[in-house]
Amino acid sequence: MPGQIRRIAGIDLEVHDAGQGAPLLFLHSAQGFDERQEIAGLLAARYRLIAPSHPGFGKSALPDWLDNVDDIAHVYLELLDRLELSQVAVVGCSIGAWIAAEMATKAPERITRLAMVGAVGVKLGPVDRLDIPDIFAMPQESVERLMYHDPARMKLDPATLTDDELGVHVRNRETLALLTWEPWMHNPKLKHRLQRAAMPALFLRGESDGLVSGQYMEGYAKLLPHARCVTIPGAGHAPHIEQPQAFADVLTRFLAGTDR
Amino acid sequence: MKAWHFSENAYPYLPPAESYRSIRVTLPSRVYDPEKGATLYDRFLDEWCIAEDEGLEIMLNEHHQTATCVDPAAPLVLAALARMTKKARLLILGNPIANRRQPVRVAEEMALVDVLSRGRVEAGFVRGVPYEISPANSNPVRMNERFAEALELIVKAWTHHDGPISHEGRFFHHRSINIWPRPYQQPHPPVWISTTSPGGAAQVGKLGFVQATFLTGFDATRQIYDSYRRGWREAGRGQDVPIDRLAYAALVYTAKSESEAHAGADKLLWYVRANKVPSEFSNPPGYVPVAANVKMMRGAEHPLSAFARGATVESAIAGGFMFAGTPDQVLAQIKKHYQHVGGWGHLLIMGQAGFLEHEETVVGIRTFAREVYPRLKQMYPDSTVSGF
Repeated sequence: MPGQIRRIAGIDLEVHDAGQGAPLLFLHSAQGFDERQEIAGLLAARYRLIAPSHPGFGKSALPDWLDNVDDIAHVYLELLDRLELSQVAVVGCSIGAWIAAEMATKAPERITRLAMVGAVGVKLGPVDRLDIPDIFAMPQESVERLMYHDPARMKLDPATLTDDELGVHVRNRETLALLTWEPWMHNPKLKHRLQRAAMPALFLRGESDGLVSGQYMEGYAKLLPHARCVTIPGAGHAPHIEQPQAFADVLTRFLAGTDR
Repeated sequence: MKAWHFSENAYPYLPPAESYRSIRVTLPSRVYDPEKGATLYDRFLDEWCIAEDEGLEIMLNEHHQTATCVDPAAPLVLAALARMTKKARLLILGNPIANRRQPVRVAEEMALVDVLSRGRVEAGFVRGVPYEISPANSNPVRMNERFAEALELIVKAWTHHDGPISHEGRFFHHRSINIWPRPYQQPHPPVWISTTSPGGAAQVGKLGFVQATFLTGFDATRQIYDSYRRGWREAGRGQDVPIDRLAYAALVYTAKSESEAHAGADKLLWYVRANKVPSEFSNPPGYVPVAANVKMMRGAEHPLSAFARGATVESAIAGGFMFAGTPDQVLAQIKKHYQHVGGWGHLLIMGQAGFLEHEETVVGIRTFAREVYPRLKQMYPDSTVSGF
């Protein structure tokens, strides 16, 4: 079931809004948000789960003027205004975490707690080595090996998808390229702004993540005043998909402040 | 009718194809021997000069990080040809302006060579094949939009001569554009654009520029030309589309006997056979529309890829990708294609590839120029109108 279309910042945005409780803004990865996935149910059972499809993903429109991740952070701050949510907890996955980080540098007072899952968005390593492998310059099988702990289980089978679903998949990938192509998977300014993001933050990473290294996660977390790191076993770049229950447990404890 | 000798400046001395994943983008340049490369440049430039002596026009193109076309800065070779030749038109097809960061610089390069050649430049612009994305680090999304703005900016830079003008567009920004030299030809060199999609061709028709299409065979070429003619008419350019607005590029090899011609033609198929490129480079995200990618995920294949797997001279001729044989045979094949698609005024002759040696290349150029070209010009005069 698709989310509702709401007009935010002049963009027809698909917004999934389900469950009751404290509001939790869920910012999906490049694969998009699918409310049929186990994690969506687990989170909606505890929180009011608000999951927009980023512009150019899912059923959300992509305006001509929008071409980077920072643009989306502005759109989502307006979404919070329109939903009349003065404060939310935010969980972002991969580029969703990057969007969350951009939001946290602009309006730290509106984010109570920040969960960053397989986060990208900063450049930490040397100039002659990519921090994040170039997934657009390798065969799909290699991407899947880097993405997943168990690639065979996670493999996409086009035969099981409708043309519409396949179209969304293709368009998500296209928008990902638009947003992340150059500079590759990062905003050079972001690391000089993250000191403002002083809310409690938790960086999560699947132990088999071949895209975001442990060293990268730790370096990224150090840029925020109050961030910690945790590794989830049996998962790759999308621990919320590969280990939804374990992921939800870690996240819930963090959001409740009972994790330490 | 104009015929153009086109060579990609290929470097064919490669290790076995099984030893590398891609002939483009990632094949290490240690494979390239600069000494052999220098000899090849001399040879290909000589062949262009021979083509001029035989009355043909000259065409070159640009690719990057590839052994199939070692011409990553085509305006430089164009400049060399401007000084080595005297009368041939010099077509560069083309400048990959969706991948050039500074279109005004491209306008300057073209204007310089136009002056250097005393007005012989035909300035072609291409969106660029998908494998050009990686070498340019160019975003594959919104390339058409970038291409259109770059082209507009280049024409603007060529045609304003009264001091600086400004441009604050979506992709490009200049506060002071005032290029020196300005073009030799007025108002500017003829503009060519290559497109392999009907949607793109309608746009080119609307603008009235020359439309070139490469190896699109019979039906696809006809669709592209139909779109061009529709775009032309809808823009109010009149009912008649001049024949010199349309160009077709094919593999062409002509010789005295059929067996000699087919042997040469078979070597030209190196273009098709050697083009080993994995899908991450041949189909980057956003390069083709979403619906086309959905079809591919369901197993659809590009007609040229399907052809490439079992390419023979006979199947290439049958598909309209190649004209090869004796002068009479080549003329008949051209006539068939010409009539099927509604006619074209320029034949872009892909006349050298891979291991087609110098002497063989020259035989192909001379036999075509002396025994096909005069009859072709007679059969399809420049006053012909395109269409049905």
